[in-house]
Amino acid sequence: MSYETFRYPGLNLGRAHPEAHDAAETLMFGFWVFMMSDAILFGMVFGTYVIQLDATAGGPGPRDIYDIKSVLIQTMLLLASSFTFGMASLSNKHKGSPPRLLAWLVVTLLLGVGFLVFEVRDFLSMFDMGAVPSRSGFLSAFFDLVPLHGLHVTCACIWLICLVGQIARYGLDTDVKLSVMRLALFWHFLDIIWIAIFSVVYLAGLA
Amino acid sequence: MNAAAIIEQPLGRLGMDSLPFWEMLQHPTEENLINGFIGGGAACVVVIGIVVVCALITFFGKWRALWSEWLTSPDHKKIGIMYVVVALVMLARAVIEAILMRLQQAVGLGGGFLAPDHFAQLFSTHGTIMIFFMAMPFLIGVINYVMPLQIGARDVSFPVLNSISLGLTAAAAMLVMVSLVIGQFSTGGWFGYPPYTETAFTPDVGPDYWIWALTLSSVGTTLTGINFAVTIYKERAPGMTLMRMPLFTWTALCTSILMIFAMPPLTVATAQLALDRYLGFHYFTNALGGNMMNFMNLFWLFGHPEVYILILPSFGIYSEVVATFSGKALFGYRSLVLATMTIAVLSFTVWVHHFFTMGQSANINAVFGIASMLIGIPTGVKIYEWMATMYRGRVRLTVPMVYAIGFILLFVLGGITGIILANPAIDYQVHNTVFLVAHFHNVAIPGVLFGLLAGYHFWFPKVFGFRLDERWGMISALCWLFGFMLAFFPLYALGLMGLPRRTVAYFNPAYQPLEIVAFLGALLIGCALLALLIQGWVSIKHRNENRVFAGDPWDGRSLEWAVSAPPPEYNFPVLPVVNDADAFAAAKEFGVAYQQPDEFVDIKLPRNSAMGPVLGGLGFVMAFGLVWHIWWLVIVCALGTLAAIIVRGFARDTVQTVPASVVKEEHGRWLDAVQHAAAISRAAECDPANEGLAEQGAAGATS
Ligand code: HEM
Ligand SMILES: [Cu+2]
Repeated sequence: MSYETFRYPGLNLGRAHPEAHDAAETLMFGFWVFMMSDAILFGMVFGTYVIQLDATAGGPGPRDIYDIKSVLIQTMLLLASSFTFGMASLSNKHKGSPPRLLAWLVVTLLLGVGFLVFEVRDFLSMFDMGAVPSRSGFLSAFFDLVPLHGLHVTCACIWLICLVGQIARYGLDTDVKLSVMRLALFWHFLDIIWIAIFSVVYLAGLA
Repeated sequence: MNAAAIIEQPLGRLGMDSLPFWEMLQHPTEENLINGFIGGGAACVVVIGIVVVCALITFFGKWRALWSEWLTSPDHKKIGIMYVVVALVMLARAVIEAILMRLQQAVGLGGGFLAPDHFAQLFSTHGTIMIFFMAMPFLIGVINYVMPLQIGARDVSFPVLNSISLGLTAAAAMLVMVSLVIGQFSTGGWFGYPPYTETAFTPDVGPDYWIWALTLSSVGTTLTGINFAVTIYKERAPGMTLMRMPLFTWTALCTSILMIFAMPPLTVATAQLALDRYLGFHYFTNALGGNMMNFMNLFWLFGHPEVYILILPSFGIYSEVVATFSGKALFGYRSLVLATMTIAVLSFTVWVHHFFTMGQSANINAVFGIASMLIGIPTGVKIYEWMATMYRGRVRLTVPMVYAIGFILLFVLGGITGIILANPAIDYQVHNTVFLVAHFHNVAIPGVLFGLLAGYHFWFPKVFGFRLDERWGMISALCWLFGFMLAFFPLYALGLMGLPRRTVAYFNPAYQPLEIVAFLGALLIGCALLALLIQGWVSIKHRNENRVFAGDPWDGRSLEWAVSAPPPEYNFPVLPVVNDADAFAAAKEFGVAYQQPDEFVDIKLPRNSAMGPVLGGLGFVMAFGLVWHIWWLVIVCALGTLAAIIVRGFARDTVQTVPASVVKEEHGRWLDAVQHAAAISRAAECDPANEGLAEQGAAGATS
């Protein structure tokens, strides 16, 4: 069997390293499987959210608390960050130059943090309106689903910072490249989840 | 949760009244004394057990060895053994609890000796332990050990992750043990239904112990599922196509896929319950729009696939055992694979049968009832194929085979009562009676537990290099079988007579005779466990007579028998090339087993890593802090976990090399032993003459 078939498409690990490609293939596949499991997790939480939509118990409902302008900004920030991460992936594969990769990663990080800032600001203003999770079943479900995504983004940001540290320490070694690949997948995955949240929670909630 | 509270109450809600003897000393009524002594005694067993183990390790100076050869080892074989050790310890506790419950019910006419609250803790811990900390670690341990060998791999795909999974599982099991000493466990049963487990009704620490034990173990199990599935997809030896995999590996694959998809709903359910209890959310409360049906659906969306997670590996073990001890290839391999997959898929479509009585429409019940009955078809296919495998084989009645035959007989009964329960109209009558208890034990004990015990006897010689004592094994197996029948058949009748499950006391004298029979059965099961213990002792004492270093004591069929017993750290000196199903049987038949490879190369293995014990330890302490509201501890552990993961990200140089010369030497030593071993016939299988080399071509089995 030719090792060409094992070459991982998104990576440049050098032609002379078939084992490295083997290992990369396994690692990436494992990460896909993990995301599948994570997707189920989100699926369940989406499910409970939809079921609890009417359980407002006389408290504020979607129309009272969602701020579409802020959410739109968050969406744009996150979509832009996916684009910049795409650029980072490209420099991971082709340019092999740390400064370029680093630059894109830092831009991505800033966009991610920006997203989180707007999200937290939204939550705080909801709290001010008395829309706290202990107010109703609906708010509980909202504050499970959306912050769960936020928590994922936070973890991804921490991972990004660590990656920057690893690049500073080791340069672009195979481990770093693979880490960038996986984080990229994760980042885009969270983007897709956000699109679902944007549609199911915010658009449908305000429609 | 502010700073002042942390300083005022550094130990959260932990106080003197959390200790087991406290209630008894404060209010020494007769009932409190009895319950205090039982609870306190159990706590002492835990404490003394830990102290004795620590003292022994210190006495023999084994701390360093324990750390560097076991706890931090990424070797799938050692991890597998540690999983099984956890499982056996927890099995002992859960069986003792079961006997205590049976005793209480045997004398429970009009009262008995246990307080209701104590009894409730017993069935909650028994159920939780048996499912999450006995059956799960046991099957994960067996898969861990056997599956990589069966597919011709050096290890699982992510060895350190494997060790982390073990750490989390062990931490969770430890948490359940600690609940015996400090505070109390949940009284909400193994599925912890809200709203009863909400703060409004159960403000104490019980449900919190349950929540965090399950959360830790479900995260560990999800990671295990990912690890196993990736291993089976990616690490198979050249030529080991999917349809050449041994059936046990197939069941391992299906179980892993079920873990990946079914554990997240449990994680969500326990996390949401935790949010309710800790932050005042309203998912499952009675008030303010909470909806407990969400919990039922989430839990059983996990819970039903879970029972197949438990039983599929046992089906795999039975397949290997029946084929090996009948001296034949498995009958209908393809349809067995198909049946396994079918069961795995169908298992996601039946969860509502756990709450037919909770108010959905009759049509929904009908759909789920029919779906449940459908599972009987692939399962029936399997039963016939095991029987067909035995048909015209030379069946040897070894201990694993006794378990297998007992399983076939008893499991059919358990399956049929399952089909009966799948009819919603009938379920309305017997829901929550001990008829159900009889049913699920009828599948859990002959199905899951006997399978795992059969696997324990079957692979023990491979793992430790010597056979287990047959006589005590047989005694134990027969005690299990008859003990099971005595303990649970009466429950079918009692259920039909209307005895509810989880009953601490009853007032209808008609129940008592059958309850006493069930208690005797439980005692017999206690004897079975004792016999198992004695068997271990006797076997270790006589280990030198029963060595099977050559590695193939049962004339095995799959690759794990093609290496020495115990196998070398790297499993295979050179990765095998597979040309057939039943790879090793074929190799022996064509006379190409036990070959000296032309050339050896250096083998790369993962280095030890402290991640498993560190994350397990931090997880345990964090969970403990959460249970007792010791917030500073929670924060410290959370930061510690984060730091450990970050540091691990910076680790490089994580592989070590076994030089080709060492591999060559070890392999040579083994081949030497094989050369000098006497090939024995199947009749001498259980004699000391068995050195692990099987005579070929003599057995007159037709295949
Ligand atoms: C070894 C012999 C065993 C005995 C004597 C035994 C006995 C019992 C008893 C007396 C109960 C309480 C029944 C009631 O509610 O009235 C119980 C409950 C239960 N057992 Fe077992 N059991 C055994 C093994 C197992 C095994 C192997 C499993 C699973 C793998 C298991 C899982 C459970 C579960 C899930 C419950 C329900 C707990 C609850 O009500 O929440 N048991 N068992
Ligand atoms: Cu079920």
